[in-house]
Amino acid sequence: MTARCVRSVSGSLQLLLRNRWPKVYGAATCSQKHTYTPPPAQYGGRHTVTLIPGDGIGPELANHVRELFRFCCVPVDFEVVNVDSTMASEDDINNAIMAIRRNGVALKGNLETNHNLPPSYKSRNNLLRTTLDLYANVMHCQSLPGVRTRHRNIDIMIIRENTEGEYSSLEHENVPGVVECLKIITRTKSLRIADYAFRTAREKGRTRVTAVHKANIMKLGDGLFLECCKEVASGYPEITFDSMIVDNTTMQLVSRPQQFDVMVMPNLYGNVVSNVCAGLVGGPGLVPGANYGEDYAVFETGTRNTGKSIANTNTANPTAMLLASCLLLDHLKLHAYANMIRRAILSTVTETRLHTADLGGQGSTSEVVQSIMKAVESTGPRTLSL
Amino acid sequence: MAGNAWRSMMQTVTLIPGDGIGPEISTAVMKIFEAAKAPIRWEERNVTAIKGPGGRWMIPPDAKESMDRSKIGLKGPLKTPIAAGHPSMNLLLRKTFDLYANVRPCVSIEGYKTPYTDVNLVTIRENTEGEYSGIEHVIVDGVVQSIKLITENASRRIAEYAFEYARNNQRSSVTAVHKANIMRMSDGLFLRKCREVAENYKDVKFTEMYLDTVCLNMVQDPTQFDVLVMPNLYGDILSDLCAGLIGGLGVTPSGNIGANGVAIFESVHGTAPDIAGLDLANPTALLLSAVMMLRHMGLHDYGNKIQTACFDTIRDKKVLTKDLGGNSKCSEFTADICRRVQDLD
Repeated sequence: MTARCVRSVSGSLQLLLRNRWPKVYGAATCSQKHTYTPPPAQYGGRHTVTLIPGDGIGPELANHVRELFRFCCVPVDFEVVNVDSTMASEDDINNAIMAIRRNGVALKGNLETNHNLPPSYKSRNNLLRTTLDLYANVMHCQSLPGVRTRHRNIDIMIIRENTEGEYSSLEHENVPGVVECLKIITRTKSLRIADYAFRTAREKGRTRVTAVHKANIMKLGDGLFLECCKEVASGYPEITFDSMIVDNTTMQLVSRPQQFDVMVMPNLYGNVVSNVCAGLVGGPGLVPGANYGEDYAVFETGTRNTGKSIANTNTANPTAMLLASCLLLDHLKLHAYANMIRRAILSTVTETRLHTADLGGQGSTSEVVQSIMKAVESTGPRTLSL
Repeated sequence: MAGNAWRSMMQTVTLIPGDGIGPEISTAVMKIFEAAKAPIRWEERNVTAIKGPGGRWMIPPDAKESMDRSKIGLKGPLKTPIAAGHPSMNLLLRKTFDLYANVRPCVSIEGYKTPYTDVNLVTIRENTEGEYSGIEHVIVDGVVQSIKLITENASRRIAEYAFEYARNNQRSSVTAVHKANIMRMSDGLFLRKCREVAENYKDVKFTEMYLDTVCLNMVQDPTQFDVLVMPNLYGDILSDLCAGLIGGLGVTPSGNIGANGVAIFESVHGTAPDIAGLDLANPTALLLSAVMMLRHMGLHDYGNKIQTACFDTIRDKKVLTKDLGGNSKCSEFTADICRRVQDLD
């Protein structure tokens, strides 16, 4: 047990000790450590983005993204890397990771994990996140007009630590019938995610950050996380910082979700809270998610569902994946394209009200995508013919 | 003689009034039970920790003796001690009586409007191990490790309890909530035990679902869930989530089942020291827990009668306490329920 911990620790200690300068693309200088410059558009002014279709509804949604980008003449080429999640070897996912290292950004569908397989078979999604050190998972849940939900006026930004906590995958059975699973919380990563949360709050003009924890029970682990958040909060005096215990948080979310602004939390609570919030604003088909690291960014649907049961039935809601692709365009600083597509998507959901089955409508995926393309065409820019 | 026969039917219940609003809501419950003529004899006990021989903190011996004899307890809210030197009372009770299952039936209360109607589910949470084992170490300065413990015995015990509960209460399905895709060995063990136990209860449908999927679906459509069984942390979060769906901790009943047939039913809200002694408290949570207790003891008629009276009072909206949206006193609320109970006879 100790050896494994040390190995896992030495990884993060390495990060600390390795005197890393941020990778410099273009004109960014070292003093502006947090100014982000996208990977250079090397080939004819076009960006190359890794695309991992994934399982379930992933491939069809990936095709729709490509179709839409082609129609809108977006200067992005997709390098498709297929990952077969049924294979025991990790070659496929390692190829995908290498492709992402090469291109710097990726759009991915969820890779299914068969939880009946032995522990040697690790979750591919988790492997990708931890290897690329995509430490921040950001999900922005907003109530959309035109989508019927029980609560209105929700606008919550959830920032979840993405690489450690309960998802360290360190488990062992010392005595038969007794399994121990380790939850690791480190000071470095907690400071990093707290800093990310406050910086994002400042950039987006948000006024409150709430840390979600269970420090009354896990005094050392979540206690450390909370302490780090408080430390970072002192450097951002204009932002109010408070904390809430996770069970009270879920209770408050279902009764009065409007009280929350930005929320920051460790991995597992982030999983619960982001799924609750996604459910509150209309379901898994509407909310995009982004995973940011120091050097890489991977975009996907917010709640990471495979949608196995509705795969290939043309009923999946493409909104989440398409909005994720808009986040991708923003990341590449192609803001004009991002805003154009986002406006078209939102007009289809809120004005035209063409909804798929998960929102109570009867539209098919392709109908929704067609409607979005029509909306884009009507706003004027040159597009390919429909 | 008839008098003796009735007295011998009386069952003893250890009553722990608790702190803050505890005593007044306990009195309210006792009054309502008297009005319903329920065959319950209350034995009041105090469970403030005392130092036993050997320096270990324990609950007072007379309280323990009473619980061991009666096997059924009803508990009000207990104050969390700060700087008293002893651990939380709830933890002490849990350890003393090995209360391994926390059961929370969440049913929408007609008359107390929340955005969610028609909620009717039960969360059964393993209460002794899991993430709350309290085992934490600092490995290196700045790196903390918390251990989540899952054992075969505890998982089997909670799964068995969940299926027994489903069978005894005519519930059609049990769903195991887990995160075995990430925590393969620990939640995998929990899941395996649930599957094994499910084999012996073919009349109850068994499904498994990821924690995040449950959360996602719960806030969109809670009617699809029936009985949920899960390890400690998920249970903590989900049971509070479900309590939030029906209106909060002030109206949610809760029961803790222990080994050796012990069961302690409690209200899970706080002691509300700001309104203690002012006759403003809402006894609904403790009352519904007491109803759960009656059902556990097999006294379904009395349980149904009292529950109907309570729900009718809330639906009527004439004498609601402040937290339910009215401005009546606790005694008025209680009196109304007593009157309805007597009318239902």
